[in-house]
Amino acid sequence: MSDVAVSPGTDPYRLGHHPHPPGHSHGHGHDGDEATGHGEGGPASKRIVVAYGFWIFLLSDIIMFSAFFATYAVLVDATAGGPTGQDLFGLTRVAIETAALLTSSFACGLAMIASQVRNHLWTQIGLLATGLLGLVFLALELQEFAIMIAEGAGPARSAFLSAFFALVGLHGLHVFSGLLWLGTMMAQVAVKGFHPRILRRLMCFSLFWHALDIIWVALFTVVYLIGTTS
Amino acid sequence: MSPHPAPLDQHDLAPGDEQISETIASGVRGYLVGFILAVLLTAISFYVAKSDLLWGPGIAMGLVVLAIAQMGVHLVFFLHITTSPDSTNNVLALAFGVLIVFLVLAGSLWIMANLAHNVMPDQMQQMMNMQG
Amino acid sequence: MLGKLTWAAIPFDQPIPLAASGLMIVVMLVVLVWVVAKGYVPYLWREWITSVDHKRIGVMYTLMAMVMLLRGFVDALMMRTQQAVAFQSQGYLPPDHYNQIFSAHGTIMIFFVAMPFVIGLMNVVVPLQLGVRDVAFPTLNSVSFWLAASGMLLINVSLVVGEFSQAGWLAYPPLSELQYSPGVGVDYYIWALQISGAGTLMTGINLVTTILKMRAPGMSYLRMPMFCWTSLASNLLIVAAFPILTATLAMLALDRYLGFHFFTNEAGGNMMMYVNLIWIWGHPEVYILILPVFGVFSEVISTFSSKPLFGYRSMVLATMSICVLSFLVWLHHFFTMGAGANVNAVFGIATMIIAVPTGVKVFNWLFTMYGGRVRFTSPVLWTIGFMVTFVIGGMTGVLMAVPPADFLVHNSLFLVAHFHNVIIGGVLFGAFAGYTYWFPKAFGFTLDERLGKLAFWLWIIGFYLAFMPLYVVGLLGMTRRMQHYDVPQWRPWLLLAAVGALFILAGIVAQAAQLWVSIRDRGRLRDVFGDPWDGRSLEWATTSPPPAFNFAVLPNVEDEEPYWGIKQRALAEQRLIQEPDYEAIEMPRNSPTGVVTAFFTTIMGFALIWHIWWMVLLGLVGAFATFVVFAWRDVDEYEIPAEEVARLDRERRRLREEALATLRQPA
Repeated sequence: MSDVAVSPGTDPYRLGHHPHPPGHSHGHGHDGDEATGHGEGGPASKRIVVAYGFWIFLLSDIIMFSAFFATYAVLVDATAGGPTGQDLFGLTRVAIETAALLTSSFACGLAMIASQVRNHLWTQIGLLATGLLGLVFLALELQEFAIMIAEGAGPARSAFLSAFFALVGLHGLHVFSGLLWLGTMMAQVAVKGFHPRILRRLMCFSLFWHALDIIWVALFTVVYLIGTTS
Repeated sequence: MSPHPAPLDQHDLAPGDEQISETIASGVRGYLVGFILAVLLTAISFYVAKSDLLWGPGIAMGLVVLAIAQMGVHLVFFLHITTSPDSTNNVLALAFGVLIVFLVLAGSLWIMANLAHNVMPDQMQQMMNMQG
Repeated sequence: MLGKLTWAAIPFDQPIPLAASGLMIVVMLVVLVWVVAKGYVPYLWREWITSVDHKRIGVMYTLMAMVMLLRGFVDALMMRTQQAVAFQSQGYLPPDHYNQIFSAHGTIMIFFVAMPFVIGLMNVVVPLQLGVRDVAFPTLNSVSFWLAASGMLLINVSLVVGEFSQAGWLAYPPLSELQYSPGVGVDYYIWALQISGAGTLMTGINLVTTILKMRAPGMSYLRMPMFCWTSLASNLLIVAAFPILTATLAMLALDRYLGFHFFTNEAGGNMMMYVNLIWIWGHPEVYILILPVFGVFSEVISTFSSKPLFGYRSMVLATMSICVLSFLVWLHHFFTMGAGANVNAVFGIATMIIAVPTGVKVFNWLFTMYGGRVRFTSPVLWTIGFMVTFVIGGMTGVLMAVPPADFLVHNSLFLVAHFHNVIIGGVLFGAFAGYTYWFPKAFGFTLDERLGKLAFWLWIIGFYLAFMPLYVVGLLGMTRRMQHYDVPQWRPWLLLAAVGALFILAGIVAQAAQLWVSIRDRGRLRDVFGDPWDGRSLEWATTSPPPAFNFAVLPNVEDEEPYWGIKQRALAEQRLIQEPDYEAIEMPRNSPTGVVTAFFTTIMGFALIWHIWWMVLLGLVGAFATFVVFAWRDVDEYEIPAEEVARLDRERRRLREEALATLRQPA
């Protein structure tokens, strides 16, 4: 009755790029299930599902940052007679902050490798280094904020400073949440070991931490570097 | 020694997954290469901003180009997002995200600049900036 | 200790809100006492409140939408009656109350009616249509729902404690800034939307991941049902747009709470940036709502025409083009802001372009019906009503996409008529079509058709009576949100619109009666076989209601219309596929994480609104602790033994065999 009800087994549009072997088992997608994410083999494994979901979250987070970046760019000249970026930003601190965050990201990568080979000690050392460097970054940023506010260049001074504090502060807030998460991850690794669930979370954490680095690259370029070139 | 327990999914990669099951050495090497490239690009950015290596008005553009390059380095070496067919879904999602980010930034800047140009003649804008 | 909260927050001096809130509290208390007295609390806690089953969560979303529809509609009725009587007089609603009513009406109808309705339908249907057992992240799904409920609760608390925003449903600054709205109304607005918006974002992530990574074996992208495609597009838009809403409202909150100057008049703030940002979210939001119901109409029209959807691939293409194009048109909401002709022209043309894929869809639906054996059930009536109404609304939209024309009707009731035309005639009709269509799948019995058709006719007559006059008064120059007016030419049209609102009221009463009668007569309306409409996609392959695991064995998809193919083969061979080997199934355990998180976010939201800082901290710490506890648990799944799976599926197969015996192969 309809041309769509094709005979079983045919693939008129040759949609299957990776034809699955006959007798392929159809499961729900637990750890250890063999399946592909392209739809021919059934649901993907939990590891892929979790990481992909988190990837989508990260993209949405980056889109949120883009709104703050756009606002900053629109308001950057609205200094209302107050100080400009030229007057306020010191590049030395930013360079140290950048170094801390980059090294932290590197340490995080090493911790991931250690966790993949199930090495407890090095995983914890790597995570600890990640966290300490993150703390250094956060402390420097808070110090900068404190100095600016003490100088009367707080967020209420002008639209430019509102946008600056919100954008940089949002990144700082992300670093802070990342540190909280990192603490719970270290505790989980210590108590529960390398359960697949813990490994999945570690992977998500590393994605998060690396993504914060990417945002920081945009941040120091747009806010600090471009903001201090005349 | 294989760091992965076993390849769970053929033809599909999670974001953050490395392409091939590699040794510790090659894993560390990957991160090290990424780290060195990132440090290099950062250093160039800071140098360019403070030197007259680039033609003055072009500095901002140059910095943006360097930043985008560094983001690419991070994506490839730290987040392991590659162009292999197995991470098609990850790259497509990224492309969608980048498109939206671009639309938000470019659209807002264009609209707001056009608005400022239309409703606020230059003198008036200067006056606005003067008053606190 | 309690921040700004004092006894003065309760509106003892205003009879209407006081009576309304008193009634609401009484109703809630009666329901609560009844539930406790009947001993339903453990059942509700076990089976619903802590449930992570996508079907249950979808049902709760839909229920929330329907309850809030009543609240939003009461607001609408008050506005219509106010404008009917407030000719050369003040009417019965004082201005500050009237302002709260139109602000609450818009906010509630979009965020707490339309959103939960489409999210509810997607939750129930998408995993079933994909042939899988649940969404990608079941516990997160529960958190999403309870966050939406938390936002809903806050917005309703504003009726009793304090006030609601008077700044319209989008809270444009500078009116929504502290200087001009010093009360807590805008704060209620901000935090209710922030909390429910976080839930919506999680739903978006969840469903995108589900659709892209979890499908039955063999279901490649171009074998997904149309509703899954439109859900994918809609959820991609949620993921892309809601973060911008969060950012925008966060900036407004910073302005109000910490003296920032994003959108203020002074210190360089730029309120047009708020308008720009909120519409970068706001326009995709419109498509977040309408795309899923385009999917509903596609499913309904193809099922009840007994034909495959005409132009499936063009439909997919149209859906995905709308998904991207919807991010290119936001400026058409503020053509009159003062941007130059070039900006306005670009966005005007982009807006007109978006009508092309929409037109493709309308023709596809028409051609699906053409030559089909159409059964005029109530879902089909909603669909046909939609096609006629939506085309009218779409054309007024294209009219306003022309910037010079928009300058004439901007901010008038013409605009109000236009967006009600597309939202009621599109989203709401579609939600009702989907509700009627999938109700038997969720509950195991169909809805009463007679009352369903009555409700449709009352609604559509009411809609045309209520909103066509608004086009006219809009062209006569009446601006929106007027508490009273002095122009005699507007009066008859506004009286007519009030009559239309009464027809809609009758339609809602008919729907309530339909639900009541259907539950009463559920024996007669029972859907025994699980396929009451001769369906074509996988949700009809399982029982009604489906077991917790949906499918004993994930179905193998071999056709573009998966279930239709299975059914045709069964009819041709006069038997079902061979009984599979049943295996034990692991399903996620129920979890109170969602409801506990929502408890703490509600506390936090309320404390933020009233500046009770210690309570904010309490809420934050509580929510974080809830996540840590959730992360700490060791057993997150339970096993349904193979014998149980086999028992349930053999029962299903027995019923299907019976159905097969009674059916002859259609010609």
